[in-house]
Amino acid sequence: MLNSKLLKNKRFIFSILILGILCIFAIGAPFFAPFDYDAVSVGPNLSPPIKGFIMGTDVLGRDLYSRILYGARLSLAVGFCTAIFALVMGTVTGAIAGYYGGKWDKILMSIVDIFYILPMLLLAILFTLLFGRGFLGIFLAIGATTWVTQARLVRALVMQAREQPYVEAGRAIGLTHTKIIFKHILPNLMGPMIVSLTFQIPNNILTESFLSFVGLGLQPPYSSWGTLANEGFRGIQSYPHLMLFPGLALFITMLAFHFLGDALRDVLDPKSSLGSSIGS
Amino acid sequence: MIQFILKRLIQSLVTLTFLATATFFLLRLAPGGPFDEEKVWPAEIQANINAKYGLDKPLYKQFFSWANDAAHGDLRESFHYIGTPVSEIISDAVKPSLQLGALALLISLSLGLSLGVLSAWKRGTIWDFSSMFIAIAGITLPSYLIATLLVLLFSNYWNLLPPALWEDKASMVLPVITLSMRPLAIIARMTRTTLLEILHSDYIRTAYSKGLSDSTVLFKHALKNALIPVITLLGPIAASLITGSYVVETVFQIPGLGQYFITSVVNRDYPLVMGMTLMFGIILIICNLLVDLAYSWIDPRIKSEAKN
Repeated sequence: MLNSKLLKNKRFIFSILILGILCIFAIGAPFFAPFDYDAVSVGPNLSPPIKGFIMGTDVLGRDLYSRILYGARLSLAVGFCTAIFALVMGTVTGAIAGYYGGKWDKILMSIVDIFYILPMLLLAILFTLLFGRGFLGIFLAIGATTWVTQARLVRALVMQAREQPYVEAGRAIGLTHTKIIFKHILPNLMGPMIVSLTFQIPNNILTESFLSFVGLGLQPPYSSWGTLANEGFRGIQSYPHLMLFPGLALFITMLAFHFLGDALRDVLDPKSSLGSSIGS
Repeated sequence: MIQFILKRLIQSLVTLTFLATATFFLLRLAPGGPFDEEKVWPAEIQANINAKYGLDKPLYKQFFSWANDAAHGDLRESFHYIGTPVSEIISDAVKPSLQLGALALLISLSLGLSLGVLSAWKRGTIWDFSSMFIAIAGITLPSYLIATLLVLLFSNYWNLLPPALWEDKASMVLPVITLSMRPLAIIARMTRTTLLEILHSDYIRTAYSKGLSDSTVLFKHALKNALIPVITLLGPIAASLITGSYVVETVFQIPGLGQYFITSVVNRDYPLVMGMTLMFGIILIICNLLVDLAYSWIDPRIKSEAKN
């Protein structure tokens, strides 16, 4: 029933199509890209889009289209991995705090609160300093700042679910607490959790691109969309294509995830107060 | 009410203490020091510098001595801008950020509410779709792209406004537009959703059946209740706007809090980072307190809950 509802949703189809194409291009980057992402002088320097280089070339004569394709890998990988990390961390913390309450709730939630008030930028800079500006540093930086939101959400949901009759019934037939949490409560909360995951992914992609844009994220030779936009920004007045194409790629991705989140929420989590979509 | 504020103040002090402690020790975890340079100093000079700034003492002693000073209102001098007190740097940097943030907040709140109300009221019409189109663009466009597009159009092609720097009123226009886009979009969507829900509720039908006019129902009955979720959003939005957006300040070269914060962490300017962090914490706490007070003003039922 859920599937047929989703398949009738135009926004769902639209966003899944876009994201599907994007993923295929990202995974198959070596196959689709005409050049390697760091191959220099494959064309003229700083050329606007011309035949053979549909998005133009950068200052070292690298093909921007190829760089954007490889960049999709990085940006999407950072988005997915950090969101899943946040989901797992946040769900475990939130579920324990919400289910057991009392002392556990106090301890865990004060940890969450401290992470919540620490300036995100400070944490991000610290993690990239400690672990380098490679994938691991960025992953931990974004993961550490986003899991707390997930923890708060899950805690609130579990606290509501704890009072439901099915949990009481579970306890009455002698199920262990772990079993109640993981086999009964969490599966029931799948809807809101999937929805929040779909909104978390684009947010994290955006955060990565912000960090890379202000020069604190992934560094060359990595070519995430934020890094590309940063490189393009320096020559924005003369060579706008270097910034506009990575920006456009990011915008389309964000838009697709946004519509996907909207559609999923309408179907999976209709009572959500997160705000509903257009045309509904 | 006074009891509530007092309780919140004590809570805030505890939060600030945690924040300061965590930041202090996390900062020291990071490799590198404030006086590292390309050229390696002779060991005696390095030792002298460390002794002058008290960096040779054990970490916990350094923390307590800093905390003692901070509690007495002394944030010490910056390591990087030698001889300049941290409080002076912060009070200089706060001005542009505060001006931009306050303007952006005003614009995003007024425009966001209007767009939200318009699209809920004229649901399904061209008004609805164009307002929500703006809202979606504001949420999905990265702010550096908005900033760049604005600079390209208004400064490069049309030559209407300065592309960067912090000089006169004209240089505020583009940063303020960039800053307000995202909060505007979030507020517009939230207003639309809640207002649509409320317009279908029983008490609105009753109001209509009493023969009240459209505008009375909308502005006197529906809007006030629709404001509550929007106000919840305002706390974090206001805090992030006032503490300055790093991206906007980088793109437009504005000497605000955001810029100083990045450079101070990169420079390992320990006193400045600590001062900035405290400042951010205080702003966030004040914003959340104002939001809670605004709740009880709009919905008197919440007041009693806040007291308990």
